[in-house]
Amino acid sequence: MSLDTVFFSLLALSSVVTALLMVTHRNPVMSLLYLIANFFLLAVLYLTLQAQFIAIIQILVYAGAIMVLFLFVIMLLKLGDEQQIQEKLSVKKVIAGGLCLAMFAELGLAFSISENHASSIVHPRSEELGTVETIGRSLFTRYVFPFEAISVLLLAAIVGAIVLAKKRFH
Amino acid sequence: MVPLPFYLVLSAILFTIGVAGVLTRRNAIIVFLSLELMLNSANLTLVAFSAFLGDATGQVLVFFVIAVAAAEAAVGLAIIIALFRNKQTVNVDEINIMKW
Amino acid sequence: MFQLVGYIVLFPMIGFILNGLLGKKLRSEALIGGIGSGAVGVSFVVCLLIFVEMLGSAPEERLHIISFSQWVTAGSLSVNVAYQVDQLSVLMTLIVTGVGFLIHVYSIGYLHGDPGFWRFFAYLNLFIFMMLNLVLADNFLLMFLGWEGVGLCSYLLIGFWHDRKFETGGYAPGTATTSDAARKAFIVNRIGDFGFLIGMFLIFNTFGSLTFEDVFSRASATISSGDTIIFWITLLLFVGATGKSAQIPLYVWLPDAMAGPTPVSALIHAATMVTAGVYMVARCSVLYALAPITMDIVATIGIATALFAATMGIVQNDIKKILAYSTISQLGYMFLGLGVGAFASGVFHLMTHAFFKALLFLGAGAVIHAMEGEQDIQKMGGLRTYLPKTYKTFLVAALAIAGIPPLSGFFSKDEILWMAYSQGSFVFWILGWIGAGLTAFYIFRLVILTFEGAARWPHQKHPHEAVRTMTVPLIILAVLSVGGGFAGVPEILLGSNAVDRWLEPVYEKANAAMALATEGEAGEFFLMGLSVLIGGAGIYFAWLLYLRRPELSTKLSSVFGRLQKVVLNKYYVDEIYDLIVVRPCVKGSERLLWKFFDAGIIDGAVNGVATLMAYFSNAFRRIQVGVVQGYALAFLLGVVVVLGIMLFR
Repeated sequence: MSLDTVFFSLLALSSVVTALLMVTHRNPVMSLLYLIANFFLLAVLYLTLQAQFIAIIQILVYAGAIMVLFLFVIMLLKLGDEQQIQEKLSVKKVIAGGLCLAMFAELGLAFSISENHASSIVHPRSEELGTVETIGRSLFTRYVFPFEAISVLLLAAIVGAIVLAKKRFH
Repeated sequence: MVPLPFYLVLSAILFTIGVAGVLTRRNAIIVFLSLELMLNSANLTLVAFSAFLGDATGQVLVFFVIAVAAAEAAVGLAIIIALFRNKQTVNVDEINIMKW
Repeated sequence: MFQLVGYIVLFPMIGFILNGLLGKKLRSEALIGGIGSGAVGVSFVVCLLIFVEMLGSAPEERLHIISFSQWVTAGSLSVNVAYQVDQLSVLMTLIVTGVGFLIHVYSIGYLHGDPGFWRFFAYLNLFIFMMLNLVLADNFLLMFLGWEGVGLCSYLLIGFWHDRKFETGGYAPGTATTSDAARKAFIVNRIGDFGFLIGMFLIFNTFGSLTFEDVFSRASATISSGDTIIFWITLLLFVGATGKSAQIPLYVWLPDAMAGPTPVSALIHAATMVTAGVYMVARCSVLYALAPITMDIVATIGIATALFAATMGIVQNDIKKILAYSTISQLGYMFLGLGVGAFASGVFHLMTHAFFKALLFLGAGAVIHAMEGEQDIQKMGGLRTYLPKTYKTFLVAALAIAGIPPLSGFFSKDEILWMAYSQGSFVFWILGWIGAGLTAFYIFRLVILTFEGAARWPHQKHPHEAVRTMTVPLIILAVLSVGGGFAGVPEILLGSNAVDRWLEPVYEKANAAMALATEGEAGEFFLMGLSVLIGGAGIYFAWLLYLRRPELSTKLSSVFGRLQKVVLNKYYVDEIYDLIVVRPCVKGSERLLWKFFDAGIIDGAVNGVATLMAYFSNAFRRIQVGVVQGYALAFLLGVVVVLGIMLFR
């Protein structure tokens, strides 16, 4: 058992646990915190995969901005304390669970019968794979059009969010 | 090095948990959080493949996915706020005006 | 000149359209009547021109076929709107348009003041149009168009006064109206038409064409006498003829058709429509000549009908009903003539019958008009002094139908009787002879009870002679009844037998297929004398029983009371039909076809589909609860299925 494998197992286990806790907890604030923890763990996982830029972005944007936004909304709507919605078991949930298991089984099957799983190696140039310079070069040369399109998308999202959430005109 | 399938299976597990959360929970906020979890599992897959194939394209795509997730979260939360203003609840079971 | 045949058919159509569309607005009766009569009059003139031209050309060249357009082309069937102008059709057209014109003029006076005046003339013109199509057609399909068309017009015209009460068999007394009578006529006709239609199908199947020329030439070339298929074809066509020409078993509609106005009875049920069957058999003479069994059937039914109807005519009291049974009887004589192979004689009698029967009906109409609607001859009498012109013309017609020489009826009826003897059998002749006697008897009973003797009507009535538009046609028809016979004087009386000669080319093929007797034997004189004798005897007995010694007739009535009652009730034939045919049909339709089939199965199927749809929709709608998670669940199901398919391929 090499160090890599142990490290990976720990991270994997923790992320699954936090994910499960997130999905099952009643209080949305607690769920959110568990999710943030999950994101941190995933960021570390990205680091082990030589994706430094992405790891930092994950923490900055995902955990830092998006989750905070969620928190804002939860606090705004006061969903944290009193309004704890009762969850109940129903046929729908059982069916959903069953289908999820089925899907997981299929995915697992798909991965295990594919041909390439044993033969991939990490390339020697690996440390420079995920640096800002590499990503940046890609973004501004080959993928500059999606880059610009994303900015338009973000603009649309801002406008949409404002329009949707604003109070009515009188 | 940890072989690729491990990462893929982990991603599948996280994805499944996310789907279960989307379908099962009745609190709309938690549904959204599960949705983010699903997106993250996809990101993990992309990063894993990017590392094992030596191509940065996967990570560029992750960049875009994160941006899109941000936009989607903003709009989605705005919708929830508007919904809450009208119905004073975020229980998805009670948002059923479009039924038969 | 022959090209003008289209105009013959066109003008009545124009008259129908004008009167039908504008008639209601044109207030003037003279104008409407003028349009109607004028249309038929023009047709008559054109036909006359064609006739003259035909007289001038050689007999072989008298056949012309004028085609106007294609009509039906489907597969191997090709039928055109084409008219066959030959001796037979021109003769028929002259009769139809000539007598038709006179009746149109008569109607102007008869229908005076009726609110449906314009409608009457529109229908009359339509009828003439259809009848002309029937007699001028060059193929079976166009003839059938006319055949059905005259049936329709008959229905429209019988039920012209549609709310008037009328007694007819099969209904509770007092509830039937003229439209019931009209409907009966149409339905009974329809039964015959069914036979005609099947006959047409067989013709097409056997000969591959519906055009007369084609069918007849192929028939004489390929079919041998007595073939089964020809037997069926001719028999089925004859069924159609029995319907249209009121023979046994489909005659029951004609007496009830008297519900219509008298000009209708004169035109349609005496001179033209009912003769359609006779014309059809005459036209298909080739086919009938090749089917001796059918010819026997035709003759037998003809003479049976003639006698049967004559017996009923003796006891009737309604003036129009007597004439109706008389028509049925005379049509029977025509079919007798056709059935023994004397096609020309049958047509000759058709011609003379058109003259004197139309005259009888129109005269009856004048009487009814004068008596303000009374039709029961028991309530008439002594009208001779009040209606002199009507009386004189009526008497002429009565003498004609009784077969008294030298009037037309004598020549035509006698020719048939002679042919019945020489080409048929002795039985045919003797029955026909008895029938002639009965004919003379009933018609003179009618004359005497109506015009002679003491007046049996209340003094408030003031019968007066009809207007000129009514009496002039009467006079013209009387002249024709007298002189029409001279066209067919047989050779032994030094005549030229023009009618026979004229029609000979038409019947060439038919005559070739049969073995014919020749004229000029001494027996003919003898039989002629016997005919006159029995005619005179009939007249004598009528005079005796009704004028001289009326108490004798009452005594006879009481002696034969029961029998008389049966005959008066038309041998209960209507009631029998009602029981055997009508009631089972109606009940069967009601129970089986309506309740079980239509409401149960068909409606059930349609409603069932709807209910099934509703059931399924009800089940399916539960999917759409409006909750997004449900939809997402469906998504997931789809994903699992697709993944599964991809994996396990």
